[in-house]
Amino acid sequence: MRRAGKVLLAALGFVLLGTGPATGQDSSWTLFPSHGQESATPIIQRGKEVFQNLCSGCHGPVIKNASPGIGATMPGTDALAAKYKGAKPAMLEERTDLTPQFIKIFVRNGVSVMPRFRKTELSDADMEALSAYLTRNNKP
Amino acid sequence: MKIPPGVSAGDFADAIKQFEDAVGKEWVFTSDEDVALYRDAYSPFWGEADELVASAAVAPDTVEQVQKVVRIANHYKIPIYPVSTGKDLGYGGSAPTYSGSVVLDLKRMNRILEVNEQNAYALVEPGVSYFDLYRYIQEKGIKLWVDVPDPGWGSPIGNSLDRGGGYLTALYRNHFDSHCGMEVVLANGELMRTGMGAMPGAQTWQQYKSGFGPWIDGMFSQSNFGVVTKMGFWLLPQPDAYLSGTVMVPKHEDLIPMIDILNWLENTNCTTGMPFLGSPLLSRGGPLSAGGPPPDAELTALLAKPIATTLNELDAYAQKKGVGFFSCTLSFYGAAEANAANWEFAKEKFSAIPGAKFVDGQSYKLPLTDEQKGNVNVPLFGIPSLRMFSIGARSEANPTPGNGHIWFAPIIPRTGEAIFEANRVFTDAAKELNLPVPSFSLPTCYWERGFIYLFGFPITHDIEANKRNRAAFDRLVQIAAQHGWGEYRTAPAHQASVMDTYSFNNHALLHFHETVKDAIDPNGILSAGRYGIWPKHLREAKG
Ligand SMILES: Cc1cc2nc3c(=O)[nH]c(=O)nc-3n(C[C@H](O)[C@H](O)[C@H](O)COP(=O)(O)OP(=O)(O)OC[C@H]3O[C@@H](n4cnc5c(N)ncnc54)[C@H](O)[C@@H]3O)c2cc1C
Repeated sequence: MRRAGKVLLAALGFVLLGTGPATGQDSSWTLFPSHGQESATPIIQRGKEVFQNLCSGCHGPVIKNASPGIGATMPGTDALAAKYKGAKPAMLEERTDLTPQFIKIFVRNGVSVMPRFRKTELSDADMEALSAYLTRNNKP
Repeated sequence: MKIPPGVSAGDFADAIKQFEDAVGKEWVFTSDEDVALYRDAYSPFWGEADELVASAAVAPDTVEQVQKVVRIANHYKIPIYPVSTGKDLGYGGSAPTYSGSVVLDLKRMNRILEVNEQNAYALVEPGVSYFDLYRYIQEKGIKLWVDVPDPGWGSPIGNSLDRGGGYLTALYRNHFDSHCGMEVVLANGELMRTGMGAMPGAQTWQQYKSGFGPWIDGMFSQSNFGVVTKMGFWLLPQPDAYLSGTVMVPKHEDLIPMIDILNWLENTNCTTGMPFLGSPLLSRGGPLSAGGPPPDAELTALLAKPIATTLNELDAYAQKKGVGFFSCTLSFYGAAEANAANWEFAKEKFSAIPGAKFVDGQSYKLPLTDEQKGNVNVPLFGIPSLRMFSIGARSEANPTPGNGHIWFAPIIPRTGEAIFEANRVFTDAAKELNLPVPSFSLPTCYWERGFIYLFGFPITHDIEANKRNRAAFDRLVQIAAQHGWGEYRTAPAHQASVMDTYSFNNHALLHFHETVKDAIDPNGILSAGRYGIWPKHLREAKG
């Protein structure tokens, strides 16, 4: 089938998926879930804030035992779970193999439906802090 | 470094220097790497020579800086393209409509100037996102709700200027309609306030929309007539309670009276939340699948045929199994007792349809507890989220995700008849365009007086596929227009072709826009081409 062939099928999904008041359940729900209680240096602390403000809306923890629907999803974490199938943690905050270069490539280029971030949204200094946070548990 | 079309390298270098003096060197972006951050992540021209890209970006922090930048651009005739949060994904992202323009990135102007609880409004700058406003209100314990669209990192100003929508009650979910008062920098750098704001010391800028004389606010939405630097928005005082309920009707033709009753209930303010249409029957693993139980062999066989030929058989199946053919979920925001009474009244009205069944939905005393927030689609409660990205992101069900989407989004009449007609038309169109034939599609109910279909066209990094999709999109625009249905909003790639369908009396409306454009922006520096409005020199160049 030609690739254009996906169009209206996808459309039907869009029409429906956006709808419906119901969905999901998670007793630990917060808008920007914090993760871990590590004592942090200022740059790691700043990186954590950046992560919570810009990333955790998609890369936060998945809602457990959720009934299907948009409210039950965590798009970035779900995507990485589907990609790595358990070979790596789906939560970016649990990874120990990320490098600053790798993080920068994704943040400044985007991937799939995730757009790139401009410097007015995420300055170079905050980019560095974000990298410090996401690489904090890497083994030397 | 890319240079804007029609501008000499020398003039551009001088202008960049002056931009730097105006906003600070670090907030003028000219390197390829930095400018590439302004590419539209969901561009249907991705990787083609025609991709709409910026030449540079300038990020002012104050209104005075915006005025300076606009004056410099006007002096050197440099095309500029203002964005607020620049997250218009699916409708252009942060890239300009006229390739080579300098993006005027207003993200740094992120001050919440006022949130007034007594009169339920906010006054904000362009860079304030829905998340920012929500957090501010939460932190201060203010009992007001913001009507948020998806995704929550967009801005009240950017979203409303593109005439986006959200999910609360009708008064709020049309974001442009719920604004009250603007501040605008015009192409010559002059600062103007609209509505009551035109009166120095006005006390009601955010309380009375139209001020005195012609009410011109609409001219700054889906247009290129000014740079908006402040806007007021009406907010919803936190309601007492929320209730939802679903009506299901047994036969396909019941859709017609169901919609008529829905309209009556909405237009008399019996139900105030955004309604959602569905089909319990077709959701059963069928074309409208949203995770319902899998279809049995009989339904699978029926769904394999074109739906237009099996409607009566589907009716019989639905009746045999006791499944609703169509459904409508209503929601009520208000006093708990009033919500319950309104739902009872709605049931009474829908009971005019033989066989209508009802399911009580969620019922909450507001505000929601954290636990309850985990059970709901949060934007329906004024809480911003990014979860809607799951519609295109990689998942178990979608292992090879695309690169975003653009929306084909026609407005059709708010009747059941129109839904059937649209399905006939778009089914035929899909066949003509060699697209998969949709069995049945239901519109969304964002606007209280017209339905809107939202068909997502996937964006890929395959140039040929994108070309085919663009051609199919433009053809759908024409087909819709032949039936009197127009797009409510569209991506820059299709703005001219959509504007072309609004052609009553030899394009009188577009001629009016062009006359205004030439009068208030004679050098044509602001957002050239946005929504099909080109300045004189570029109209002439295009012949
Ligand atoms: C998964 C998904 C779901 C979506 N769901 C919705 C939804 O529910 N509702 C909805 O409305 N949209 C939706 N969108 C579309 C889009 O993401 C939002 O509308 C978003 O809010 C628009 O981006 P923004 O707010 O950053 O506006 P911006 O990108 O800042 O602005 C949009 C345009 O308005 C003009 N503009 C902006 N600011 C100014 C200014 N200050 N002066 C002059 N002109 C200006 C510019 O031309 C700009 O390109 C969705 C997108 C995706 C990807």
